Amino acid sequence: MSHYITTIGLEIHLQLSTKTKAFCACPNSFGGEPNTFTCPVCLGLPGSLPVLNSQYLRHAIKVALALSSNVSGRMKFDRKNYFYPDLPKDYQISQYDMPLALGGHVDITDGHKTKSIGLTRVHMEEDAGKLIHDNKRASSYVDFNRTGTPLLEIVSEPDISSPEEAYRYLVTIKSILKYLDVSDCNMEEGSLRCDANISIRPKGQQELGTKVELKNLNSFKGVRDALIYEEKRQARMLLDGEVIVQQTRLWNEQKQASEPMRTKEQAHDYRYFPDPDLLPFTIDSVLVEEIRLSLPEMPEEKRERFIRDCGLSEYDASVLVSDRAMSSFFESCVKLYPEPKVIVNWLTGDIQGYLNANNIEFSNMKTTPQQLTGMIRLIDNNTISGRIAKEVLFDMLVTGNSADGIVKEKGLIQISDEGVIEQLAADVLNENPKVVDDYISGKTNALGFLVGQLMKKSKGKANPQLANQIIKKKIEQARE
Amino acid sequence: MTEFVKYSASRLKEKITQDSLTASDIASSVAVRYDKVEEKVKGFAHFNKVVLSERAKELDKKAISGALSKIPVVIKDNICVKDELTTCSSKILVGFRPPYDATVITKLKESGALLLGKSNMDEFAFGSSCETSCYAPTNNPYDTERVPGGSSGGSAALVAADETVLALGSDTGGSIRQPASLCGVVGMKPTYGRVSRYGLIAFGSSLDQIGPITKDVNDCAALLNVISGYDPMDSTSADIPVPDYMGSLVDNVKGLRIGIPKEYDTESMFFDKKVPVNETGVKIKEAIKLLKDLGAEVVDISLPHVKYAVSVYYIVGCSEASSNLARFDGVEYGYRDKEASSLIEMYKKTRGKGLGSEAKRRIILGTYTLSSGYYDAYYLKAQKVRNLIKQDFDNAFSRCDIIMTSTSPETAWPKGLKTKDPLLMYLSDIFTIPANLAGIPAISLPCGYDSQGLPVGLQFMAKYFDEELLIRAAYTYQQNAGWKRKKPEL
Amino acid sequence: MPIKKDVIRYVADLARIGLSQQEEKLFAEQLNHILAYMEQLNMLDTKDIEPMSHAVSMGNILRKDIARSPLSNDDALKNAPEREEGFFKVPKIIE
Repeated sequence: MSHYITTIGLEIHLQLSTKTKAFCACPNSFGGEPNTFTCPVCLGLPGSLPVLNSQYLRHAIKVALALSSNVSGRMKFDRKNYFYPDLPKDYQISQYDMPLALGGHVDITDGHKTKSIGLTRVHMEEDAGKLIHDNKRASSYVDFNRTGTPLLEIVSEPDISSPEEAYRYLVTIKSILKYLDVSDCNMEEGSLRCDANISIRPKGQQELGTKVELKNLNSFKGVRDALIYEEKRQARMLLDGEVIVQQTRLWNEQKQASEPMRTKEQAHDYRYFPDPDLLPFTIDSVLVEEIRLSLPEMPEEKRERFIRDCGLSEYDASVLVSDRAMSSFFESCVKLYPEPKVIVNWLTGDIQGYLNANNIEFSNMKTTPQQLTGMIRLIDNNTISGRIAKEVLFDMLVTGNSADGIVKEKGLIQISDEGVIEQLAADVLNENPKVVDDYISGKTNALGFLVGQLMKKSKGKANPQLANQIIKKKIEQARE
Repeated sequence: MTEFVKYSASRLKEKITQDSLTASDIASSVAVRYDKVEEKVKGFAHFNKVVLSERAKELDKKAISGALSKIPVVIKDNICVKDELTTCSSKILVGFRPPYDATVITKLKESGALLLGKSNMDEFAFGSSCETSCYAPTNNPYDTERVPGGSSGGSAALVAADETVLALGSDTGGSIRQPASLCGVVGMKPTYGRVSRYGLIAFGSSLDQIGPITKDVNDCAALLNVISGYDPMDSTSADIPVPDYMGSLVDNVKGLRIGIPKEYDTESMFFDKKVPVNETGVKIKEAIKLLKDLGAEVVDISLPHVKYAVSVYYIVGCSEASSNLARFDGVEYGYRDKEASSLIEMYKKTRGKGLGSEAKRRIILGTYTLSSGYYDAYYLKAQKVRNLIKQDFDNAFSRCDIIMTSTSPETAWPKGLKTKDPLLMYLSDIFTIPANLAGIPAISLPCGYDSQGLPVGLQFMAKYFDEELLIRAAYTYQQNAGWKRKKPEL
Repeated sequence: MPIKKDVIRYVADLARIGLSQQEEKLFAEQLNHILAYMEQLNMLDTKDIEPMSHAVSMGNILRKDIARSPLSNDDALKNAPEREEGFFKVPKIIE
């Protein structure tokens, strides 16, 4: 691949989570029986007319501002005309030459390097319905529940230079968008969809290579894999002297390969023209300012603040802000227990580990800030040891119960009774005379072994510091 | 039996109160009249005596005391009435019963009106003669060998033939005014945005308006009162209060400045298509003199770009129509060609067989004018010239209060005369189209008959939302016009 | 410039209308006639004129984000030429 320069552009379609659809008052709901969330407008019945949802506009402006895109003073809607059964009017209400916002950028970090990926535009358009194909019969079935769902299309400039950067771009944009509370941003559920364009050209050539469009990408990982595959496929073709055809290819997750789309997708003439049922919109700067002021703290600012005010490392701060739910949780914890570094360690360590292993989103975690800080206090007051705490935390995450309850139920209270520990120590020393001799002759790690044995005997419940002290004391006493 | 349906709405209202008439009484009168003349007029697209009788009984039970209580109204077949056949006189909408009422229908029902049925029209409002309907063409009650005009030909003919008291039509390029003129009745196109378009099956979305077709100006004002108003379901409807239009039924035009556009007097606007301006011109001049005698001031004005109006209209209208009619594809409603084996074949066959010739022609023209490579030369260009036409009116209205012209270049012509020449048919709308392009309100009212006894109509146009002035001028003319009204002999 | 039959065919295809040979020929003739008339627009210099999609200048019509009852499945499918288990049924799209 070092012979070639890769150019990638991504087009994201984001489903916004307003209460009602873009142009009608049908509930904007996921799931449901087919054709039960429709009305004359989103069904495209003759005589129906669209009316824009004010919350859709507000959410759209929010997104544009968060992506540093310039919100237009005047925007309009255009009709994109084409025939398809999931499009009831056989045109889609979209935006062509006067979209919601132009320009913008998303900054991706790779370790210490930051790269700014430019955005071409952000525009509004309505979603189409769902088509179900029956392979056994010569029919397809249409469900219009999704028709009219408000979408935002976010188009990047072809500034992305590698599949890995594309992945970072998606992760970053998702983390920004989740802060805004305007969408579930979930690729697997369909609230975030992505198409990619990729071309490669030999090093030294100024002119971009032929662009291939990739569709049917169902996850961020899928996007990266598809781009890696496509890069290789195109490089191989160029090396073999073949010409790359401009086409749309579908990513096949099972085969881990892209295939040309077989529908006769000749270049569509969409015949865009201004939608005469929707008059142009003037977006006044007062509204934009009001929305800008209402924006929550963006990941960038939050990261800086965590580093500055909480003394976190850049790495830790970045991990926290990459997930809005996690950074929120962190802040709640710090309010209850003002030791940010301690909290961060638990979050990025054991907790994140558990969530990753079980494929759970941070926002779906059962444990609350009160519960986590409660557990930490139990360590502080020696009710449990740090080691036992890990076990307790695991239970907390699985059951959603608090530490107190788990500790009592499982009888994990740390043994701090010196008498009990003395007895255990006596047993350990009796059972391991050779190790005691090793320790006396200078092998300091032998102590660790003996303490370990005591811990084992106490099923981990002994207070490790006390155990350590008492064993040492007993050995000294024995020597006398 | 007294033929109540022959009365005007204001007269019928009086009668209803005086004689305690029921909706059933009135429905019977309608049925009698229908039996007598409908065979000759063919104004209805959908009419059912049994349904009407049921509806009248319902109305009597509900006892709604609204402004149009028990008054018969006929609805053009492109306006949605819940659960009733609404087909735009097209095969492609065969059997379509919308699950909702157009906003104007909701308003009519709230006013207690007796809805009679759906009136015939040119298919999807594409026409000026009611001859492109998939049903039989409607005949002009004054001479059943001649056209009633279009596209609201059915509504106009039914009012003229006294098969109804009131009617609703739609006007995109003159489709209310021109048939009103040819049938000797009153028809008004309100300002764009005055009346909700929600539930009106769209032809040219930036041009369409629903409006009244009535026997006199008084009824026009009454019906306009009921159907006007802001509708949150229509983004193009105007949030401007509705005055009481009945208050404009005032006999006074003193000091009114009437603008007469010089372009409509010469033949230069027709280029190589000479459309004869015959006796209509004479009648208009008589009307102008009458108004002058009543104290109005006549002003010469110029609308320099009006000769381009037909071209602009057909480009803009057909472009919008090509997109508006794309939804008639056999998927969700209407006709579907069941023999097609693939989706594309289904689309093509459904639309090929379900749409009439004029509809296909306009869709193809509109698709062409929006297509890549042609958009700038046609659609964009037309929208710019449209702006020039609007500016012409803005300038004219700085010098006059109202503009007066003939509604139609001619009186009713024989059926079949223009059907082979689309362009010739399009030029029938030469006087009415500019008001749609500019969005201003306009009214057509009868001003006499030609030597063959065919009705002539005169047109007034006014500034945005100045329907009150239109009504006052029209009412004044009506009250003082010397000639005698002649009902058609059916 | 006069339109030929193949342009009519292409445009009819875009509009998903099946035309007979006769119709193609007739429409080509008629459209050419109409477009020739429309050539008059080229006599106007509109370089500095703004295009206008509406003659009236209302704008910014919005509605509140409050849900209304949707149609029942029955009402939605009432006019469907073919339906099955709550869906609209169409011939298969050839892939």
